Amino acid sequence: MLRGDVLVAGRAHAEKIVLTQPLSFWGGYDAAAGLIIDRTHPLAGASLAGKIMVMAHAKGSSSSSSVLAEAIRNGTGPLGIVLRERDLIIAIGALVAFELYRVEVPVVCVDARSFAHLVASTGPLRIEADAATGRAAIYVDAG
Amino acid sequence: MLQLNERDNAMLAGEFGPGVARAMRIVTRTADVMSAPRLIDIGSAHIDGCLYHGQTSLDFVEFFVATQTKVAVPTTLNVGSLDLIHPELYHGDREIQRSAQRLMDAHLLLGCESSFTCAPYQLKNRPSFGDQIAWAESNAIVFANSVLGARTNRYGDFLDLAAAITGRAPCAGLHVDRNRAAQIVFRVADFSPLPSRDIYFAALGLLVGKVAGATVPAIVGLPSDTSEDELKALGAAAASSGAVALFHAVGITPEAPTLDAALHGRSPLDTVDVSVADLDEVRRTLNHGREGDELVAVSLGTPHFSLAEFQRLATLLDRFGAGRKPKVDFYVNTSRFILWELTERGLARQFDERGIQVVVDTCTYITPVMKKLTGLVMTNSGKWASYAPANIGVTVAYGSMAECVQSAFEGKVRFHG
Repeated sequence: MLRGDVLVAGRAHAEKIVLTQPLSFWGGYDAAAGLIIDRTHPLAGASLAGKIMVMAHAKGSSSSSSVLAEAIRNGTGPLGIVLRERDLIIAIGALVAFELYRVEVPVVCVDARSFAHLVASTGPLRIEADAATGRAAIYVDAG
Repeated sequence: MLQLNERDNAMLAGEFGPGVARAMRIVTRTADVMSAPRLIDIGSAHIDGCLYHGQTSLDFVEFFVATQTKVAVPTTLNVGSLDLIHPELYHGDREIQRSAQRLMDAHLLLGCESSFTCAPYQLKNRPSFGDQIAWAESNAIVFANSVLGARTNRYGDFLDLAAAITGRAPCAGLHVDRNRAAQIVFRVADFSPLPSRDIYFAALGLLVGKVAGATVPAIVGLPSDTSEDELKALGAAAASSGAVALFHAVGITPEAPTLDAALHGRSPLDTVDVSVADLDEVRRTLNHGREGDELVAVSLGTPHFSLAEFQRLATLLDRFGAGRKPKVDFYVNTSRFILWELTERGLARQFDERGIQVVVDTCTYITPVMKKLTGLVMTNSGKWASYAPANIGVTVAYGSMAECVQSAFEGKVRFHG
């Protein structure tokens, strides 16, 4: 089990998808189809739906918060997000999706060592991100 | 741990209504993410939420309308998806058009000003040195911080409006003096005598953004007569290739009378020398038009054109004779306020007679307003050149304003060197 900081509270249990390159949701993710549409991204054509996204940080426009929230609303977004940096754009997208639609998509931030461990791990992840303590638990190979 | 004052807590508890409570929840949770110790008062806000991204955009704003929530500070609006002054220009999906209009109207009901511009710093009441503000839109953020010396973080969708409604923002990042120090220095070769001077500011911005990422750069070697419009082009480009929210131009911008002042007396983490050849390389990378290639259009005004830029454009157009019109569609994006000033001075009619299509309230790279959305379009904007190919599907030729004008009259790409 790994520890991290809670950026947005919630629980998730799903297969992971590791993005080795940062993604800009605005212009990079189709929130209707649920597909990465940035043709320069190594995972172009892949879907985040039903998965826990592992990505160091996002990039690009702050309009990405809207696109992430829209994807969560549509059920085409990730179920949980693990970051290595305290990315505001991602966190705000997920917390507004909860405010508007009561859909919990936990966003947690882990240190570089834990992040590398998660990237290298196999099997599904489980996130328990508790707002009260501000500490998150991430279980690896939680099949 | 975030400390809130009595009024913050009252807002959270719903004493000012459910809209203010929601806005305060968003501000405080964001403050937690930023590890801010407290919140600060802001003097103005600039909102990027009136560009339509889907149902979530509407749901977010219409809750505040339904709960009769209002913004607490003077609040300007960024571009929307439509030109409300020239609605006939839009030729996209009708349902999206209706939703986009609803979204722009909803923001006005909250008490925001109908500015619809990405260059709110060209409006009459712009922030002053040292003002704490909450601005969204990357080019406006970098201009406010760098050129005006006001203080904002890179705010964006949702938080911008939440800050406007509560009048509060997390005390972190660029609101705090010590985080405004330059960490990386760019020493730039003198490009001022070169013929296409305006293009080098955008090219330099793209290079700086790529290298600096989210750190604060100091730039040494810009011409001493560098104009606000040139700093605007530099900042917009740096904010599109990187996450630059503040740059210091030594001897030019207000927090950088000297390099030492920009660095807050510390040593830089890195120093990068930039040659004219480096800048020419950036131009080549961005440009996909060859000398003589057929053009379908020219688009200027990203960020929105200033009055000074319109005057320069008028001078360039004069060289081709009063009666002549460009061979290709010619668009210039600006705000409705600048358009009204042009109208008052009798210039709007002159541009119209010369076949120049002025677009307001929006921008040609985010919404279908140009007649032709395939083929080669020429611009002098580093930002437009970066985003337009993915957003609207055109190919970009990148040149100076003078090159854009000549190319428009010939219908073919022409470079001056």
